Amino acid sequence: MTKNVTAKDSNTSTIIDLETRNVNKHYGDFTAVDNVSLQIEKGSFFSILGPSGCGKTTLLRMIAGFDEPDSGDILIQSNSMLGVPANKRPANMVFQHLALFPMMSVADNVAYGLKQRKVNPAEISKRVKNALESVDLGDSGKKKISQLSGGQKQRIAIARCLVLEPKLLLLDEPLGALDLKLREHMKVELKQMQSRVGTTFIYITHDQSEALVMSNKVAVMNNGAFEQVGTPSDLYYHPETSFVAGFVGDANRWKAKVTQVDHVRCTTQVANGPALRGKITGTKPIAVGDDVDVFVRPEAIKIIQGEDKPQESDNSLQCRVVDLLFNGANSAALLEDIATGKELHVALPQTGEYIGLQKGESLTIAWSQDQTHCFSARSKSTSK
Amino acid sequence: MKQHTSIFFWLLLAPFALWLILLVIIPHIDMLGIALREQTAPREYAFSFKNFIEFFTEPLYWRTFMRTAVMSILATALTLLIAFPVSYYIAKMLRGRSKSFLFLLCLIPFWVSELVRTYGWMILLRETGVISNALQWAGLVSGPVELLYNDAAIMVGLVYTSMLFMVVPLVTVLESLDDDIIEASYDLGGNMWTTMRQIVIPHAMPGIVSGCIIVFMMTLGNYLTPNLLGGKDSLWFTEQIYTQFITRFNWELGSAFGILLLLLSSLIVWLGLKLSRQTLTSTMT
Repeated sequence: MTKNVTAKDSNTSTIIDLETRNVNKHYGDFTAVDNVSLQIEKGSFFSILGPSGCGKTTLLRMIAGFDEPDSGDILIQSNSMLGVPANKRPANMVFQHLALFPMMSVADNVAYGLKQRKVNPAEISKRVKNALESVDLGDSGKKKISQLSGGQKQRIAIARCLVLEPKLLLLDEPLGALDLKLREHMKVELKQMQSRVGTTFIYITHDQSEALVMSNKVAVMNNGAFEQVGTPSDLYYHPETSFVAGFVGDANRWKAKVTQVDHVRCTTQVANGPALRGKITGTKPIAVGDDVDVFVRPEAIKIIQGEDKPQESDNSLQCRVVDLLFNGANSAALLEDIATGKELHVALPQTGEYIGLQKGESLTIAWSQDQTHCFSARSKSTSK
Repeated sequence: MKQHTSIFFWLLLAPFALWLILLVIIPHIDMLGIALREQTAPREYAFSFKNFIEFFTEPLYWRTFMRTAVMSILATALTLLIAFPVSYYIAKMLRGRSKSFLFLLCLIPFWVSELVRTYGWMILLRETGVISNALQWAGLVSGPVELLYNDAAIMVGLVYTSMLFMVVPLVTVLESLDDDIIEASYDLGGNMWTTMRQIVIPHAMPGIVSGCIIVFMMTLGNYLTPNLLGGKDSLWFTEQIYTQFITRFNWELGSAFGILLLLLSSLIVWLGLKLSRQTLTSTMT
């Protein structure tokens, strides 16, 4: 997706800004964070993506210093942070609801952290002015917080942290409260801001598109543990677990039984349904007779029209159009497998060729084996 | 349509207007009238400032007056000092059942009348009371000690009586402060002290001021507690008013005192609002 993957490829001399080693956190019987180890390189934009309740907020709060892990270690630039209170850690946090101080002016909000460090007043006003200018709010210093728009508040919350030049900037779903249009805009702005200032950003979200668009690396978290850590395109094209395949991007999913295995491919049989051939994916081995989850993305499916025939090796199905979901570039068709009645999503690129598609129409769809991922149903996410 | 709304508006307003006119405005106007007259002969009165002049020329009266004001301000400050940590603990540290339980504990003493509560303190503090006996039993004192009838006993009673009226507005205002904001202050390098001073107290200011106004007015106008716990030497201004009306049948002087007490409390509340840069409306909403 993006080419400017920072200096991480020459991983001989990279500095690790944050490292967690086997971090655990329990609340009673509930395991919020389960043995998480990670390393984040300096200057990267790292996202932790997961559904609500997966433990990502707990992990972030432990990095910020609001919670202590039950076991394990958290290191910022190789210094252990165990027992270091939040106000002494070189990490600052942008809160979900921003938590700007309503009793202070915009400039006082930005100056707050510097005042705590007893920086001299002349230096403070200079740095506050620079910080406000860097987020294009140079003339808003005297305003009240309530006079700012949603996007401006966002920028002040970030400026308030960056003025302290932290080693890590932690962002706890800060775009959640914004409306869609502004959120799309802020995604791009945040990414640009991060590459401009070069601070390591750790961003947690449940919104896959936020994570995919902005990050150099994404960790997909589920039930307190990391399912997979990789670049956004890795997660999209090479998911390692069925949870990642289902959570990152959209997917059509079948439950099936393996009937034949040859090297990297397998043939599966959906109960009372089609036989599907696909790639054996994930970390768990697959044998004949195993239960598997079969995934195929809506955008990998072709609609066969007119004289075209699906290729021999492709999977193909006879379908009926149930509904057309027009949404500009993200339009899709809701289809029904005529044999089994299973509903499928198929992406409709708005290039004009599918403009004549009608509800109720019967058609053939096909997709390649390489785009079909088969996961052992005993994957990490269901092993508990 | 317009007419209907205005009829309903006046109907809804009527009970409040009646209450205000009958119980507040008319008595006060009448009191002012009585205060500004002087008996010249049996059943003959003339307009005069004599009662107010008497107040300022008799040291006992205005000394009692000032003493009441100072003690009330002190009692308000003490109540705030004790109630703030309690309220912070209830509002910010506790969750769920323990929170409601502690709040209920603050409320329980108010299920009995002020008189009973004050007698409770007398049982504890008097010469033959619980504390005196306990001290003798422990061998810390040789004879009975009288803990009643001094300013400290008055102060204890006043603070105790006022607690709830400070805790309620403080808990309400502190609950409206997001935990995020407190955490953000720590995150940006603040410690407990700076967070309190720069974040929590500025946020709680409307609650602090409204609690202080209520407690101050209640204390200034209190009669029972200073009288029972302070005894004859308590010198509370409300006792002077009582004496004038009931003991001496001097309604003119008593009314003048009443008017002066009203002016004093208004003046001090106004000063308090000015000093804390709050407005009456911001503290009452």
